Amino acid sequence: MKRRDFLTRSGLAATTVVLPVLAQQPPPQRFQPVQDIAPLLAQLTGGATPQQGGIEVQLPAIAENGNSVPMRIKVDHVMAPDDYVAAIHIVAERNPRPLVASFHLHPASGRAEVSTRVRLAGTQKVTVLAELSGKRFLMTQADVLVTAAACLDESM
Amino acid sequence: MILGRIQVPPNVRKGEPFEVRILVQHPMETGYRRDLNGQAIPLHIVDRLVCRVGGVEVFSAELGSGIAANPYMAFYAMADASGEVEVEWKDNRGETGRVSAKFSVA
Repeated sequence: MKRRDFLTRSGLAATTVVLPVLAQQPPPQRFQPVQDIAPLLAQLTGGATPQQGGIEVQLPAIAENGNSVPMRIKVDHVMAPDDYVAAIHIVAERNPRPLVASFHLHPASGRAEVSTRVRLAGTQKVTVLAELSGKRFLMTQADVLVTAAACLDESM
Repeated sequence: MILGRIQVPPNVRKGEPFEVRILVQHPMETGYRRDLNGQAIPLHIVDRLVCRVGGVEVFSAELGSGIAANPYMAFYAMADASGEVEVEWKDNRGETGRVSAKFSVA
C-alpha cells in the first residue's frame, strides 16, 4: 500500500469512528433546569388568580454576569391608606431557590417602587408578583438573557 | 456587627415620597458553592431587613440567596415631620446590623 493511500484510508476510518461518539455526547448543561413555579405562586397568592400587567420591570435585556443583575420594579398603583401595594415578590424560575425576595410596603412608603440587585442562574423569565391590599394580585414577566450564570460551580 | 451604608436626602418635602438607598456589606453565601477542598460553604445570608421612619415601619424585606452579594436596595418613604430613617437587618446566623440617617422636612 502506498503511503498516501494509507493516510487517506486511516483518516477516513478515524473520522467515521470518532465523529459519531462526539455527536452522541449530550451538550454540557450550562444552566439549572427550569422549575415549575406554579405551586410557589399559588402559595403566595393563596389561590387567587393574578391580573396580568400593571407592573413595570426594568431588567437588562442581556446580563453579562448573573451574579449581580440590577432590577427596578415599579407598580402603577396608588398608595392610599385603604388601597395600596402591600408586597412585591420576585420569582426566578431557573434559580435553585426560586423565591428571590419579598418586599413589604406600607401606605407610608408613598410610592411602590423598589430597586435591587439579584442573582440569576441562567437565561430565563423573571416573574414579579405584586400583592395589593385586599388580596388582589398583579403579575408581570420579564425575559433576561444571562451570559454567565450564577450558582454554577466556579471550578467547572 | 454587619456594616452598612444608607443614603437619604437631607431635606425632604412634607408628605412627598423620597428615596432611601441602602447597601449592606455581606457575602450572601448561597450554600451551593464549594471551597478549594471541596467542602460546601454553608448558607450565610441576610434574611430580614426592616426600615422605620420616625418609629413607623415603611418597608421590610425577606431576602433569599437570590439577592446578589452586598445587598443593595432602594425604595421610597414619606414623612410629615423631621426625624430619622433607621434600617435594621439580621442574617441567618443571628448577627444584626443597623444604620440610620437624619433628615429635615422643609
